[in-house]
Amino acid sequence: MLTKRIIPCLDIKNGRTVKGVNFIDLKDAGDPVILAKKYAQTGADELVFLDISATLEGRKTLIDMVLQVAKEVNIPFTVGGGVSSVSDVDLLLQSGADKVAVNSAAIKRPELITELSDKFGSQCVVIAIDAKQIEGQWKVHLAGGTIPTDLDLFTWAKTVENLGAGEILFTSMDHDGTKNGFATTALAQLSSELNIPIIASGGAGTSNHFLEVFKNGSADAALAASVFHFGTIDIIELKKTLKQNKLPIRLS
Amino acid sequence: MNVVIIDYGVGNIKSIQFAFERLGTSAILSQDVQTILAADKIILPGVGEASSAMRKLKATQLDQLIPKLTQPVLGICLGMQLMCNYSEEGKTNGLKIFDTQVKRFSNAVKVPQMGWNTIANLKTKLFNTINANEYMYLVHSYYAESCSDAIAFTEYDLKYASALNKDNFYGVQFHPEKSGIAGEQLLKNFLQL
Repeated sequence: MLTKRIIPCLDIKNGRTVKGVNFIDLKDAGDPVILAKKYAQTGADELVFLDISATLEGRKTLIDMVLQVAKEVNIPFTVGGGVSSVSDVDLLLQSGADKVAVNSAAIKRPELITELSDKFGSQCVVIAIDAKQIEGQWKVHLAGGTIPTDLDLFTWAKTVENLGAGEILFTSMDHDGTKNGFATTALAQLSSELNIPIIASGGAGTSNHFLEVFKNGSADAALAASVFHFGTIDIIELKKTLKQNKLPIRLS
Repeated sequence: MNVVIIDYGVGNIKSIQFAFERLGTSAILSQDVQTILAADKIILPGVGEASSAMRKLKATQLDQLIPKLTQPVLGICLGMQLMCNYSEEGKTNGLKIFDTQVKRFSNAVKVPQMGWNTIANLKTKLFNTINANEYMYLVHSYYAESCSDAIAFTEYDLKYASALNKDNFYGVQFHPEKSGIAGEQLLKNFLQL
């Protein structure tokens, strides 16, 4: 049976992980390659790297990092952040990324999604959507959540599916950073309206939140950063708990 | 050990090369006929769309060469699908090595299937020391129908052939290069065939 996936997310700036990482037995917790290997060995099903470098130099360093991760890590990984063209994606995939997450560029030019899925296959096109509720409506936001748009989350999600997206990474800005649980209701609606996998992001604080997001939110995968980086949640323990609760989970 | 990954311009083949490097074996990328013929082991990779991938094999006449190879050949993902008789994706004939057809999953399930799923009913040395119900990483919208060449099965939407074998030809739907330790074991087994 296809399992639910647990995905640690690493924020990358100038080729280093940022936001702090607290693995006790890691000599250099800022090195994304070391951290990625550690996660691969301790139960992560997949990894996401989000590049927040604003400079050209930072982007070049990112490519080196992707190459190093591909060399040393034996599980799939997605790279996102500032991806805006077919050539950006080509370079990331050629450097060994398995999937690429596109956010703002897809909103600005939706045809990009079709261009990418035609050229590289929909399986490597992840559309990242940041949204929050404004007067009861889920509104999509641009540029790392800083700019609101008129797009409705569910309409936009259906549009990207039709344009060729292979997967959606939905971050609820209302839940992100709260550690109060994922946006379960919105996730369940996305899952019922769409026929591509949905990665839930934003709000993970306890193991129970993961249980809820899979059971009630019908998410296919759940992504989190700080609870994993700071060891609040141990991935293997989390996966054992989920499995005890009858969810399909990979333990090996 | 001389491993050649057939390079016909589809998908992320670096990952496969890196996976062999992690096993201490260097694998070279090539579309040169003499280089391929001289290899001890051959990988047919592939990510993307079947009919355009098939056109690329034809453009370089690799479609004629591959079925005649006598050394162990491993097709991965789309590479495996192209070794079948026919694919619904772009309605294309394949290399007709495995006697089965490739069809699309129904909309009763999410498509693509993306993630880790189990393999069962394992046959041949390719799966030496790999346990039944081991997890492998899969990303695909099309599957090979169950047939007598099947050497592993996976369930998603229905029970389908997730690995195939005919003579010296092997194919796996999953990505061993991305399937953790179990995937590495499969690649090791392939090198020992």
